Amino acid sequence: MLLRHTPTDITERKALTINPAKTCQPIGAMYAALGIHGCLPHSHGSQGCCAYHRSTLTRHYKEPIAAATSSFTEGASVFGGQANLLQAINNIFTVYNPEVIAVHTTCLSETIGDDLPQIKKKALAEGKIPKGKHVLSASTPSYVGSHVTGFSNMVKSMAMAAEPTGKKNGKVNIIPGWVEPADMEEIKRITKIIGVKTILFPDTSGVLNGPLSGEYKMFPEGGTTMAELKSTGDSIGTLALGEWCSADAARELDAKHKVPCSVLDMPFGLKATDRFIDALRTIGGVTIPEQILHERGQLVDMISDMHQYLYGKKVALVGDPDQLIAMTEFLVSMDMKPLHVVTGTPGKKFEKRIKELTKDMGCKVNVKAKGDMFLLHQWIKNEPVDLIIGNTYCKYIARDEDLPYVRWGFPILDRQGHQYFPTVGYKGGLRLLEKILGVLLDRKDRDDPESKFELVL
Amino acid sequence: MATNAKKKMVQWEPSDIKAELLRQYPPKVARKRAKQIMINEAQQNDTPALTANVRTIPGIITMRGCTYAGCKGVIMGPTRDIVNLVHGPIGCSFYAWLTRRNQTDAGPDGENYMNYCFSTDMQDSDIIFGGEKKLTAAIQEAYDLFHPKSIAIFATCPVGLIGDDIHTVAKNMKEKFGDCNVYAFSCEGYKGVSQSAGHHIANNQVFRHLVGLNDEIKPGKYKINLLGEYNIGGDGFEIDRIFKKCGITCISTFSGNSTYDQFASSHTADLNAVMCHRSINYVADMMETKYGIPWVKVNFIGAKATAKSLRKIAGYFGEKELIDRVEEVIAEEMPEVEAALAEITPRTEGKTAMMFVGGSRAHHYKELFDELKMKTISAGYEFGHQDDYEGRQVLPNIKVDADSRNIEEIEVEPDETRFKPRKSDKEMKALEKKGFKFKEYDGLAPDMDKGTLIIDDLNQYEAEKLVELMRPDIFCAGIKEKYSIQKLGVPMKQLHSYDSGGPYAGFKGAINFYKEIDQLVNSKVWSYMKAPWQENPQLSASYNWE
Ligand code: SF4
Ligand code: SF4
Repeated sequence: MLLRHTPTDITERKALTINPAKTCQPIGAMYAALGIHGCLPHSHGSQGCCAYHRSTLTRHYKEPIAAATSSFTEGASVFGGQANLLQAINNIFTVYNPEVIAVHTTCLSETIGDDLPQIKKKALAEGKIPKGKHVLSASTPSYVGSHVTGFSNMVKSMAMAAEPTGKKNGKVNIIPGWVEPADMEEIKRITKIIGVKTILFPDTSGVLNGPLSGEYKMFPEGGTTMAELKSTGDSIGTLALGEWCSADAARELDAKHKVPCSVLDMPFGLKATDRFIDALRTIGGVTIPEQILHERGQLVDMISDMHQYLYGKKVALVGDPDQLIAMTEFLVSMDMKPLHVVTGTPGKKFEKRIKELTKDMGCKVNVKAKGDMFLLHQWIKNEPVDLIIGNTYCKYIARDEDLPYVRWGFPILDRQGHQYFPTVGYKGGLRLLEKILGVLLDRKDRDDPESKFELVL
Repeated sequence: MATNAKKKMVQWEPSDIKAELLRQYPPKVARKRAKQIMINEAQQNDTPALTANVRTIPGIITMRGCTYAGCKGVIMGPTRDIVNLVHGPIGCSFYAWLTRRNQTDAGPDGENYMNYCFSTDMQDSDIIFGGEKKLTAAIQEAYDLFHPKSIAIFATCPVGLIGDDIHTVAKNMKEKFGDCNVYAFSCEGYKGVSQSAGHHIANNQVFRHLVGLNDEIKPGKYKINLLGEYNIGGDGFEIDRIFKKCGITCISTFSGNSTYDQFASSHTADLNAVMCHRSINYVADMMETKYGIPWVKVNFIGAKATAKSLRKIAGYFGEKELIDRVEEVIAEEMPEVEAALAEITPRTEGKTAMMFVGGSRAHHYKELFDELKMKTISAGYEFGHQDDYEGRQVLPNIKVDADSRNIEEIEVEPDETRFKPRKSDKEMKALEKKGFKFKEYDGLAPDMDKGTLIIDDLNQYEAEKLVELMRPDIFCAGIKEKYSIQKLGVPMKQLHSYDSGGPYAGFKGAINFYKEIDQLVNSKVWSYMKAPWQENPQLSASYNWE
């Protein structure tokens, strides 16, 4: 038993988090920043945070993650980190020559109260930011929200870079939220087929799923360009995918530059994808081509073909709010039963949404925002499930409880594929479904008595 | 530069390479880095020739981590029956959760918290009003849930800034529980310049709160502690296997798969064998002063190094029975090692390696590469000190800077009742006369060839340049460096957490390592970088099927 000390009895914990279902803001900011073309993320704080964030992102994406740090020691922590950041900006532009530096704070620089916009002004005044280069900044205190909040804050700072010219560009902004590079690519593929011109930001495709060719590029081809970010203020509208990850940025563009926005769920599964496609249709004023309908039909087909293996299956879920909401809806739409749902990210709205989505299931659903995986495990012990879906850390629960398990979410440290194969859209739905069926049927094949073991299923 | 670029890489002089590494830097940065890059003379100086353990330059993409990582991640992380509770916002605890590949075996008592991650997950209000209350409650909850023997508290950056008194909280809770030892580590990330500060802080508290609590004499004849071995990828398990086979009793490992009681009894051992000199030499020194346990440097990375270290331990005890048994074990284990080498070295001989890890590890692994007849052309540490490079004889000449001064040195005195010299002065002298070296570590430099490059605190920019210029056959560093090096078409082996492999220690570990390095440097994949039409772009008029 890997988690042998986890008791079945659930006691209320007010102060102790065990096996968190979230991590801290800066890592989200760092991931988002990698979705800007030519951008070097910069962590303003002590170097340990930056090392941890880079290591975790590296392990998840299996790609080099370059990011610089202000490398605070005790002095900077007492006297403020301005000198460190000014020096860092100068060094970064001299040594690495990025287009953009995206600075985020850590809990250290937040606690001492460093003011990034002010330091940036000083850097400009001192000529430390070369002409045509940019410095973006986001405040990402780790003691508020989670990695998702940090992602959202950095994406908002991208929206703040908008510089409308007053002339509409005929494009739709799409803010995909914290999804995989493959998902961003898939969203671009879909919008291309539909014929809507878009600005996708951030866009880590081509940055974090790069080829091996004997060359290392610190700044690969991919990513949203600064020119595109500036142009977001001229777009005809914004689709923000995910309330937690993307809404703030979209509302910023709406409030400041009158770019109307709608906040949708992330397009995982059938229904959320339906709504996304429909929103594209309306905002872009296009008819949806046959190909998309075809892909949709394939997903519906697979659901109907395999419904007998899905029906009534109980599922435990852990992950980030935007993904979990879409996944819960997807599972319910296939007559599965998401029984235990935990996110570490705070937000009452999350619990409400999950309750709504599961209200017709006819059984009690355990849901908690700001919960942890220790609690999830305890729930599972009290009411067992047929499947667990979540990040790599679920493997401990899956093994202890002998559960079929699908890796999905962040971080996935021990498997490959998530950076290459999308799970958004109808095609992504097919892949999710394939994975779910794979583990359920593997389990059946393994556990059925010999007399029941069948070739055709 | 144009002429330089045309030079064939092998013809580059070390000084050219050094100049090339520094070329892009602003002048101030270049001046600083120049002092951290040494063209090896392969001689032992008294005065340090290389600057180490100094601040990382802001904005330079560093390989280093922080004090907390050294304390919680390295030293205390691999302790299995201690609840390691991180006081701070969630991130620090999350990232150190199972990512170092310290393997563990719950043992007969079944107590093992290593798979768990504990945090106070500080919120806004805790930062504003102070987090002591929350910490107190969290300790209570951990106690109520698990009733562990011991709870260790780790402070992260904001805790130090807002001034939470974690030590008093710990003390109060310890008194309250009575049956659970609670203590704290002020290992905020910003203290010191690297992980190294965290090792020091950890060692101090381990010594203060754990070592010497249990005087019960453990069975066993040749009793040692193994210091600075963290059971990455199962290294500790292999070393334990060898010790058992030799009849050596390991009272305590600091801290791979270690238990509370091991620490508590460690002062009953008769010798401290130090693996990772950097991370733990403090404990060895303090135990010598307080309890009279001498220490020697050992290395179980490399089959020859393992044999040598076993002989060293046996030599210290000086009893024929042990000396013979060690020889028997070496004789039993070596044929398999030699067979593996005979098969593999023809494929690895003459290949080149670079290593930039830790504070002793690059040195240890050089032995394995030597066994494979590979040449280490450049090496350095992420957080070594000058003595790790040049040997302990430079210790008196090292200037203590402000950052190191922030870290407490504890005054240690001989324990009134328990100080007991393990060997008489005469015996020690006799051993030394025979060439036995106590308290000594020669460092990396004397082991490196003349003209190789020793680089402290290598960063991503320099790593990339080095690889481009010198094209090693393998590069060893950590996860952050892995894929940028591999993109250049050079295999990269993680030596902090071993990728998926291990153990590499001991005899069986050495064989594992040989096989893996063979697999890496001779993998076909590195020949696929270019597509055939890129290699051979001219059009051809003939078709295969003609
Ligand atoms: S919680 Fe704070 S100190 Fe810890 S890794 Fe995150 S930003 Fe750094
Ligand atoms: S070699 Fe380095 S990483 Fe390894 S334990 Fe020693 S100090 Fe730590």
